[in-house]
Amino acid sequence: MHRPGMVSIWFFVGALLLVYGILILGAGLYELSAPPERPVVLANLHAGIWWGGLLIVLGAIYLLRFSPRKR
Amino acid sequence: MTATPTLCPALLFESTPSRLVSLSGVDLAIIALYFVAVLGIGFYLKRYTKTGEDFFLAGREMTAWVAGLSFLAANLGALEMMGWAASAYQYGILATHWYWIGAIPAMLFLGLVMMPFYYISKTHSVPGYLKLRFGESSRVLAAICFGLMTVLMSGINMYSMALVMKVVLGWDINFSIWVSSITVALYVFLGGLLSAIFNEVLQFVLIWLGALLISIIGLIEAGGWSGVVTRIHQNFPAQDFTHLWRTLGSFSDNPMGIHWVGIVFGLGWVTSFGYWTTDFLVVQRVLAAKDVRAAKMAPIIGAGFKMLVPFIVILPGLLGLALLPEHLVGEDLAAATGQHSYNEVLPIMLARYCGPGLLGLGITALMAGFMSGMAGNVSAFATVWTYDIYRPFFRKEAPDAHYVSVGRWCTMLGVLVSIGTAYFVMQFHSIMDYVQALFSFFIAPLFGTVLLGMLWRRATPAGGFWGLLSGTGAAIGLWAWVKIDPAALRYVALSDQARDMAENMYRALWSWIACVLVTVVVSYLTRPKPAAELTGLVYGHAELPSEGHLALYQRPAFWACVVGAVFFVLNIIFW
Repeated sequence: MHRPGMVSIWFFVGALLLVYGILILGAGLYELSAPPERPVVLANLHAGIWWGGLLIVLGAIYLLRFSPRKR
Repeated sequence: MTATPTLCPALLFESTPSRLVSLSGVDLAIIALYFVAVLGIGFYLKRYTKTGEDFFLAGREMTAWVAGLSFLAANLGALEMMGWAASAYQYGILATHWYWIGAIPAMLFLGLVMMPFYYISKTHSVPGYLKLRFGESSRVLAAICFGLMTVLMSGINMYSMALVMKVVLGWDINFSIWVSSITVALYVFLGGLLSAIFNEVLQFVLIWLGALLISIIGLIEAGGWSGVVTRIHQNFPAQDFTHLWRTLGSFSDNPMGIHWVGIVFGLGWVTSFGYWTTDFLVVQRVLAAKDVRAAKMAPIIGAGFKMLVPFIVILPGLLGLALLPEHLVGEDLAAATGQHSYNEVLPIMLARYCGPGLLGLGITALMAGFMSGMAGNVSAFATVWTYDIYRPFFRKEAPDAHYVSVGRWCTMLGVLVSIGTAYFVMQFHSIMDYVQALFSFFIAPLFGTVLLGMLWRRATPAGGFWGLLSGTGAAIGLWAWVKIDPAALRYVALSDQARDMAENMYRALWSWIACVLVTVVVSYLTRPKPAAELTGLVYGHAELPSEGHLALYQRPAFWACVVGAVFFVLNIIFW
């Protein structure tokens, strides 16, 4: 899409991934400090922390790369 | 289905009393944010949706990547994910055929051979192409069948998704139906196909990021792919769940009760090519591409990702076979004994590995899948209704803004009819089987008609119409024959051991053959169109843009070869 002024879809994707990453990373860190009574299988991998981190990195890359200000 | 348009029979289950997972506050926040995002995109894009070209074809400005991902996302519904994960638990790796041979060759064929004709004919829809090639009668037949099937399938998907939400989360069915359908209706109403495509790209990303983790952690737990295979053989020594082709020499050697002839010709040829090359639900996404090259590349990009989808859909089912301590059972037995059914394998695996936050992302992935599928149905319905039924029969000459307005209200109408269908299905469950069959009746013969129309200049308008009608009639006749006399299965599917899926594959094959034969015979008996009227519509009468000036890596044919080579290697590896 190359319409003047239109924000790229990838910018929206980046914004949502960044917010999701922060929420998931936060939940993962909270679980680390207060382990649940019934943990999931392989909870020792702390998937929430690294998956949340991955989403933050991906989200930030897309936000910067497709920022409307960059045009 | 698709992998094909199949609503997986495994998913057509009654609700069970308990819920599988409980959501935390952060999970609910993630789901709520998703709804805010898709609606926000709809409101944002309304200002860019002024003309009919904007609303129905997203301005024909999509890059190959956006069109390709949207093309795939429109097919990758929640039922697709849940249903084929369940099928993987039930039939093993054989379910992968619906993603590989049941999709990849057809998608490449669409990109390289058929898309240029759709694109340069400037048609708004597949029935619109039939009008240009074969005349009004073929278009009407195709448009009415497609419109009817689309809203019915949308309603059935809606109902099944609401059932999934009830089983998985304990949500009220009415709440799920109304909230999700109103959301889809709003964003498609506001931004048309432009909004649908934007949201489908977002949904595609969420589906992958929400579902991928199950496979990654599952493989770690099982000790890699070899660990998965070893554990499945230990848990189910009597069946072979881990080979794609090795067990297809006989109907009785594999859990699906199918022969390789049915997979290759019924699924890989007729059903797959019919769905991926003529179902306007997916073709519409590619018609929105910005030029012919993008339109050719979009299905090839889609095919590349389609090959990977088994990693997030089939693998969780196989991991369930390998790792779950309890054996999942069929729906009837589950309802009688209180065990979990294989329909629940994906949410079970999600709950097994995903804590707060990740669980919300996984549920969001399922919802995103549902909404992308429904938006695909609704936007395609609005286009076909407006351009192929309303305009020729109700108001031929009107300002462009009038048709945009009709399209917007058709979107709402389509959603309302879908909701009505969902409640109808709630009362009469058997209607699901019939609509599933109805859908399959139309796709296979339509493929025969469009294929001959594009590649055979001698095909006449009468041949196209009577071929389409005969193929559809043959499919209905074969279906009714087996319904009335189940012993007829041995003739229709070539074996009395064939299961439902095998019967569908063979029925599609016969109806396609009937369509092609009748089209050829009638065409030879009737007068063909003058060559001047075939310009841009038929192979040999269309000037396709040259790609000679492009570097090798920029050519669609090069990437189709790459995807084709990977497809071939994958089939050998998992033979």
